[in-house]
Amino acid sequence: MNKLFGTGLAATALSLPTLAAAQDAVSLDQRVNDIFAGSTGWFVNLIFMNLPGTNFPWIVLWLVVAASIFTIYFGFIQLRAFGHAISLVRGDYSDPNDAGEVSHFQALTTALSGTVGLGNIAGVAVAVGIGGPGATFWMILAGLLGMASKFTECTLGVKYRNEYADGSVSGGPMYYMTKGFKERGIPGGAFLAVVFAIFTIGGALGGGNMFQANQAHAQITQITGDFSGLITGVIFAAVVFMVIVGGIKSIAQVTEKVVPFMGILYVLAALVILIVNADQIGWAFGQIFAGAFTGLGVAGGFVGALIQGFKRAAFSNEAGVGSAAIAHSAVRTKEPVTEGVVSLLEPFIDTVVICTMTALVITISGTLVMDPATGNFILNEAGTSIQTVDGVSGVALTSAAFATGFSWFPYVLALAVILFAFSTMISWSYYGLKAWTYLFGEGKTKELIFKLIFCFFIIVGAAANLGAVIDFSDAMIFAMAVVNITALYFLMPIVKREMNSYFARLKSGEIVKHGH
Amino acid sequence: MSKTTIVVGLDGSEAGARALAFAKNQANQIGDCTIAICYVIEWSPFTFQTPEENEQRHKRREEELNLAHERVLDPAVKDTEAAGHDVVGIVQHGDAADILDAVAKKHNASQIVVGRVGARGLKERVFGGVTGRLAASASVPVTIIP
Repeated sequence: MNKLFGTGLAATALSLPTLAAAQDAVSLDQRVNDIFAGSTGWFVNLIFMNLPGTNFPWIVLWLVVAASIFTIYFGFIQLRAFGHAISLVRGDYSDPNDAGEVSHFQALTTALSGTVGLGNIAGVAVAVGIGGPGATFWMILAGLLGMASKFTECTLGVKYRNEYADGSVSGGPMYYMTKGFKERGIPGGAFLAVVFAIFTIGGALGGGNMFQANQAHAQITQITGDFSGLITGVIFAAVVFMVIVGGIKSIAQVTEKVVPFMGILYVLAALVILIVNADQIGWAFGQIFAGAFTGLGVAGGFVGALIQGFKRAAFSNEAGVGSAAIAHSAVRTKEPVTEGVVSLLEPFIDTVVICTMTALVITISGTLVMDPATGNFILNEAGTSIQTVDGVSGVALTSAAFATGFSWFPYVLALAVILFAFSTMISWSYYGLKAWTYLFGEGKTKELIFKLIFCFFIIVGAAANLGAVIDFSDAMIFAMAVVNITALYFLMPIVKREMNSYFARLKSGEIVKHGH
Repeated sequence: MSKTTIVVGLDGSEAGARALAFAKNQANQIGDCTIAICYVIEWSPFTFQTPEENEQRHKRREEELNLAHERVLDPAVKDTEAAGHDVVGIVQHGDAADILDAVAKKHNASQIVVGRVGARGLKERVFGGVTGRLAASASVPVTIIP
């Protein structure tokens, strides 16, 4: 893997002078792309390989099966502990003497800002565009199941984090792999941790960085017209640099405040559109349920809807990937289970609420073309996805759907995409940094090196059209899930013990609410 | 344990110092009275933070507590003790109005004394400052020192 990663660095280093000399960019981009695809293509193909005889990627099945096993093993924790999760976030169980520490609410929103983003806006449009409204049903189901995966990984993340003498903490799958495996007397924990850390760095630079920069630039050019991605990249990199290297808190604080606001605005706009079209909601849900099992003439039929729904949910909420375990580790709770319980709200908010809103708006907006005679959707000429008004797909489809309600919404959406991309980058720069320091040790210089590499990759991501690089980094994020879920299977008895002890004490009244 | 307690809110300002002076005077008149000196570090559990801020939070909290003790609370407690009063010193994170009232309830206080803080920003003009909210919500009499 180190070799591959080295190739990635070399490839991007090659591409920079090219970007400056805009004229040659196309050919050199292409060359970099070819070299990269040649050396990493096997890895991408391996991760996204379809199950024999189907077009169902095994990695999606891996995530869904794990989520189902955790759901059953922990006795439908996502349903049983849902109310308790909300209580915890409200601070009902927070000890007033701990006031000033990171609250459950803060940990939840920090982790959420890393997952809410392009997946909810563009990913859902892709799913509905290909799989039809029925994909939404499978997406919701996958989101509900994914709550159990998050519970498992975040509980472990807090339980096995490192606390340092200066009071700061470092946590995440790397730490529960090493410490947890040791505790259970299982070999191989340290090896898994190193592999996981390498994949995390790849995922942070790719899906958490280049992909975001690339999509943000695409969204900006849709409004302003085409201009060099180098400009977007340099601006983004400069702002991220100021935050993560310069320590300019104010920018991050502004973003962290604006991002939730954009999220709320997005959901509100969707709600208004749904309320205005209230008479169609029943019909839309009918489409979702009928489409989930029959396909209603979409590409790939019912299996197509299922694959798209599962795939997009997994891409969007990152349950089982292990990233959230890093984000949640900062909470200084005495009970690791509380953090796991809080984290199960993430896939719920991300997938069950926000993604479903997007899907409903697209379905109701009428941007998907239907055959009035049969009530089935009409496929495009290639037969790969549903025909849309103006032939749009991805972010543009979401944008067009919202524009049927509010003509000005595409501008807001563009701003939202940019801000979501920015906050996702900040979150992933942190995940990547934690993996980096796990591999190379903590230290100012070592951290600075990673942060500089991270900023450099923003420029690369925005400026270059490196499809292969982005495929590779997507594959890295899912490779994280392969390693992480393997570890979760070995460690889930520990989580169960913690869970039973916590809920027994909650029931017996040993753990009580604090008055306000 | 004294018969009653007066809670004083300090914020390191002149007005806070006047509030403490007033409380001392009151305590002298009452005789058997504890003065609870309270410094609140404004903080909310419902803000949005970056992962890095979360990681550093515990450290920052310790620093904030130390600074509050060093700069404001400890000197005030020492002076008041030197003047012969029974004193409790409290530093806490949270909303000043909520915490002053919570401390008053906990110590069974007969009143809260705070210095008036002028309405500085737009937010305070719209939603009212700490003193305004405290006066509106406190469970014991509040004395506001201009």
